Amino acid sequence: MKQYSGAILLLAVMLVFPLAVQDAYYQHLMILVLLWVAIGSGWNLISGYAGQVLFGAAAFFGVGAYTAALLSHKLGISAWWGLPLGAVITFALALPFGWVCFRLRGPYFALATLALNEIFRHIATIWESLTEGMVGILVMQTFVSKVPYYYIALGIAVASVLTVEIVVRSRWGYYFVSIREDQDAAESLGIDTLRYKSVALCLSSCMIGLAGALYTNYMGFIDPRVVFSLHDVSIAAILVGIIGGVGTVSGPAVGAFIMVAVMEIFRSGGFGFLGKLSSATGSPFVATLTKYISEAHVLSFGLLVIFVILYLPNGVVGDWPILKKKLLFWRRQATV
Amino acid sequence: MAFFEAKNITKFFGGLAAVNGVNFRVEQGQTYGLIGPNGSGKTTIFNLINGYFPLTTGEIYFGGRKISGLKTYRICQEGIGRTFQVVKPLKRMTVLDNVVASAFLRTRSKREAVRLAEETIAFCGLTAHKDKLAKSLPIASRKRLEITRALATKPKLLLLDETAAGLNPSEVDEAIRLIRKINESGITIIIVEHIMKVIMTISDRILAINHGMVIAEGTPAEVASNHEVVAAYLGEDYDAQS
Repeated sequence: MKQYSGAILLLAVMLVFPLAVQDAYYQHLMILVLLWVAIGSGWNLISGYAGQVLFGAAAFFGVGAYTAALLSHKLGISAWWGLPLGAVITFALALPFGWVCFRLRGPYFALATLALNEIFRHIATIWESLTEGMVGILVMQTFVSKVPYYYIALGIAVASVLTVEIVVRSRWGYYFVSIREDQDAAESLGIDTLRYKSVALCLSSCMIGLAGALYTNYMGFIDPRVVFSLHDVSIAAILVGIIGGVGTVSGPAVGAFIMVAVMEIFRSGGFGFLGKLSSATGSPFVATLTKYISEAHVLSFGLLVIFVILYLPNGVVGDWPILKKKLLFWRRQATV
Repeated sequence: MAFFEAKNITKFFGGLAAVNGVNFRVEQGQTYGLIGPNGSGKTTIFNLINGYFPLTTGEIYFGGRKISGLKTYRICQEGIGRTFQVVKPLKRMTVLDNVVASAFLRTRSKREAVRLAEETIAFCGLTAHKDKLAKSLPIASRKRLEITRALATKPKLLLLDETAAGLNPSEVDEAIRLIRKINESGITIIIVEHIMKVIMTISDRILAINHGMVIAEGTPAEVASNHEVVAAYLGEDYDAQS
């Protein structure tokens, strides 16, 4: 039980968070974090554990999102049915895709997933009679308050992390890691590598698809540029995994939190602090600086990734012992 | 019906015949040696048995069933385990996890798989390294890990590819003891080896090949005195002198 005490404590904090923090802005940020936990966990299962780098998480995210949107837009069914159905449809997409593309190895598979991403983005853009193209689809939001969305997102995030935790301790987990470490050795140990890579991809795609369907319900509007976005979804999913720690259960959760926090601190200029500072001091220098910092928030993330890859190649969770030692060292120096 | 039989197996890489019309049969319980100079096709034969490469022509039978054409993992499930000459440990997993991953072939329960893995690790004398990462092991232990992992799949036939290469003399002796012990536990072995001390002491029969073709087959003594084998290993001149 002791090893889970931290997780249970965190869960308790997460459960009371929307009751303690009434500000819709912070609730919104936490919902984004939770969505990224689900997407990151999905990415981590196929790429971090099974070693098949997924460069097109947005394909599954977008398909989940469009499933929910089209249900309500075309069939008049509640977009909430998109959650179970989105998972089913992404599963049905991942299975044949895996069967065909798992013949490719390493970077070639990654490129195939990138192609899948682009194919779906183009389909969603061009097939206007179905998807409304770049106009996008508007879905009526069910709740005014953010709290219900928060708890649903929390449920999906917790379910994703738990799924990864259970899977990696099971026979499947051993098979996934064996495939990552050496596919030929795994095959000659009697592991049907094609089958288990497909299992990993299907599980991953379900998590990512669920997050996509929830995104539609929460944001109330999607268009191809947003949900099939290469840099905002596919690459961000990889970054969440890398920063948190590839092949660790809690890595994507930590990575999601750091990513959303860093993005937001820069985008909002330190949560509006810099803006207040510039108006208080009236200095044109601070005002210009504020403007540039908030415009450079994407760049800031690039710098963070470079820092993590250089100094913490296994991510914050994977290299936690090293990080802890460094932090302790700084503290000791500070006290001396 | 032979326990294991290769019938006229041939493998072409483009125009090059890496293995050309090789026939041999292995009886249950034997230790069968496979020798030949570098590049003569020994490892290719293993890759053909194991299904890593498809056969160009020929057939392979195991336990009365045709296994050529099956996928690699299916052949392992049929009961043929193999080790690799260039060891392929699952580097970022502990020794125990390496073996557990392969022990899952015969059981679905994790407890059972861990038990089988620990038993096999003890059998191969790796217990002291159980919790170390596979990448931290020295070469002798890595070779041993290859064998352990293959054994955990409970094979009836084990293919050992140069298990003693790169080991020092005392490690070679340990390897010989281990191979003997495996054979005594009832597992049939086909072994590729360059170190004559190993192959001559443990093999019941030996197949010698050169340029992908059989040049001799028989007991170790017969093969060692065969002119073609001596010529293949030491050159025509040496054979003429003696």
